[in-house]
Amino acid sequence: MAQIRKKGKKETPGVSTASLPDIVFMLLFFFMVSTTIREVNKKVQISQPSATEIKKLEKKSLVSYIYIGPPKRTFQKKYGTEPRIQLNDSFATLSDIREYINSERQKLDEAERPMMTTSLKIDEETKMGIVSDVKLELRKSDALKINYSTRSTGGQSQNVAGLR
Amino acid sequence: MARRKVPEFNAAPMADIAFLLLIFFLVTTTMDTDKGILRKLPPYEEDTQKDEPEIKERNVFVVLLNKNNDLLVEGEPARIGGLTDRVKEFIRNPNNKQNLSAKKTEELPFFGKTKISKGVVSLQNDRGTEYGEYIKVQNELTKAFNELRNEAAMNEFGKEFSELPEDKKEAIKDLYPLSISEAEPRSVGG
Repeated sequence: MAQIRKKGKKETPGVSTASLPDIVFMLLFFFMVSTTIREVNKKVQISQPSATEIKKLEKKSLVSYIYIGPPKRTFQKKYGTEPRIQLNDSFATLSDIREYINSERQKLDEAERPMMTTSLKIDEETKMGIVSDVKLELRKSDALKINYSTRSTGGQSQNVAGLR
Repeated sequence: MARRKVPEFNAAPMADIAFLLLIFFLVTTTMDTDKGILRKLPPYEEDTQKDEPEIKERNVFVVLLNKNNDLLVEGEPARIGGLTDRVKEFIRNPNNKQNLSAKKTEELPFFGKTKISKGVVSLQNDRGTEYGEYIKVQNELTKAFNELRNEAAMNEFGKEFSELPEDKKEAIKDLYPLSISEAEPRSVGG
């Protein structure tokens, strides 16, 4: 009796995992296309201010970044808590900016150089003193197009007029 | 003839490999695209004192931001909320008031002879001003100009500014140039 019942019961087939790689590859390609490689390791803490009248930076290759903010906790022993400038992967001083801009400019084609943009990623609570110094330094090195990097406040960001 | 069957390729580790790659990309890449307020800095000149263009007092809209993040607009304390409308009124000056910006007549494509405001918004901040607050003010000022341009685009072409072709955009930019001037910050004054 028992034997018969066992025979009569259908075994549920296991879920085929053959399509799993396909699904995962699909996800993989999605992420590869929609994301960008992280530029640098941030050594400063930055909580960007938010704004509504923002514009997207189009060409990544034309953008160089300057980070200003208080050093991250692991660096605070060495560098203190005052906002500092970070260029590439290391802390820098004001006098390094010109060299940095020049080296960034060297990387670009002759034709693209006037379109170079400097994106300032600055912590909300930074005082304007250091920001103004950086801006003056940028003016001296003739990098006049700048972008105050901000978060968007979810509001309308559509009607953004180009810069003049 | 007993032909040996070719063993089937085991595809099970494929998922593991793909997962590994997926996680690698998740960790090393970021989603965020860089966006923000675009500005153009004035070129650097050694001696800023010489031949600065004289701008009449009525054409300058002074916005001061002190180290306590207080706002002073045209000589009186103000709130950040009403700034956009005040700038718009200053630039547009619909009733040709004496204390708001003067206009000059110029020939523009699409618009013909038009009156263009000579107004300049002057933004001054202290060295102690907080960056977040400064961006808020910049945002409000930009908003004023964007709204003016949008309204002009709507009136003239019946479309949003962002949807216009490049030459019409240029015309509107000429009509409402983004005239925000920034003085060097002062370290004195509270």
